[in-house]
Amino acid sequence: MSTRLYELAYIVSPDATEQQVTDLHDQVAGIVSRMEGEIQKTDNWGRRKLAYEIARHKEGVYVFEVISGSGELMKEIDRRLKVTELIVRHMVVRIDEEQKVAERMLARRQAEAQQRRLRRGLPADAPDEVRRPRDDDDENPDQESEE
Amino acid sequence: MAYGHGKSGERSGGGGRGRGGDRAGGGQRRSLFRRRKVCKFCVDKIDVIDYKDVKLIGPFVPERGKILPRRISGTCAMHQRKLQTAIKRARQIALLPYTTD
Repeated sequence: MSTRLYELAYIVSPDATEQQVTDLHDQVAGIVSRMEGEIQKTDNWGRRKLAYEIARHKEGVYVFEVISGSGELMKEIDRRLKVTELIVRHMVVRIDEEQKVAERMLARRQAEAQQRRLRRGLPADAPDEVRRPRDDDDENPDQESEE
Repeated sequence: MAYGHGKSGERSGGGGRGRGGDRAGGGQRRSLFRRRKVCKFCVDKIDVIDYKDVKLIGPFVPERGKILPRRISGTCAMHQRKLQTAIKRARQIALLPYTTD
């Protein structure tokens, strides 16, 4: 079964107690572990104003979780959250493909930067994101050949 | 009426948005000084536009709640596409409004 990376976002009703919010998280975690997934990150934003009213609520508690697992797992979570009354709104988004594209683009940018540096006769490796001081770069000049 | 030469008018418009059009006001001189618009996401090297990042997306959703068109913001096609999905996702979970009235 293929494993994919998803991001789950849900808004808990503002009437919920903190205990109830953690209970919901545990409930999600339970489903995830039962269906051989893994929660990679949990992010609780706490109470936040909604951009528009949902079921007469003007604010809600935002929780985000990054989950790796199968599609069936997410389907199950989706089904469970749908019937949970305390949850005002939820959304599941797949993020692994975006991440892959982003990695590829970063790699390409770095390769291009490398090419540019080589063309100017500088040592190849110095990622443009982290600029190192000059003398670091001068350690091994023109040792790497192009391609 | 002391409206200065075209240049000073250009400089004051520093708020990200492109100018309405070259026809607006004054002679044709102005169009020569139109600022070139660049894609914010390309400049900042942002590959993934996260729907949770309201600070980043916010400027592309003007008051009315509509998505700012490319011709105004100068965003490149690829990033406008990503921005679009990010805004639509953000709307689903009420981080951004669908409309405001």
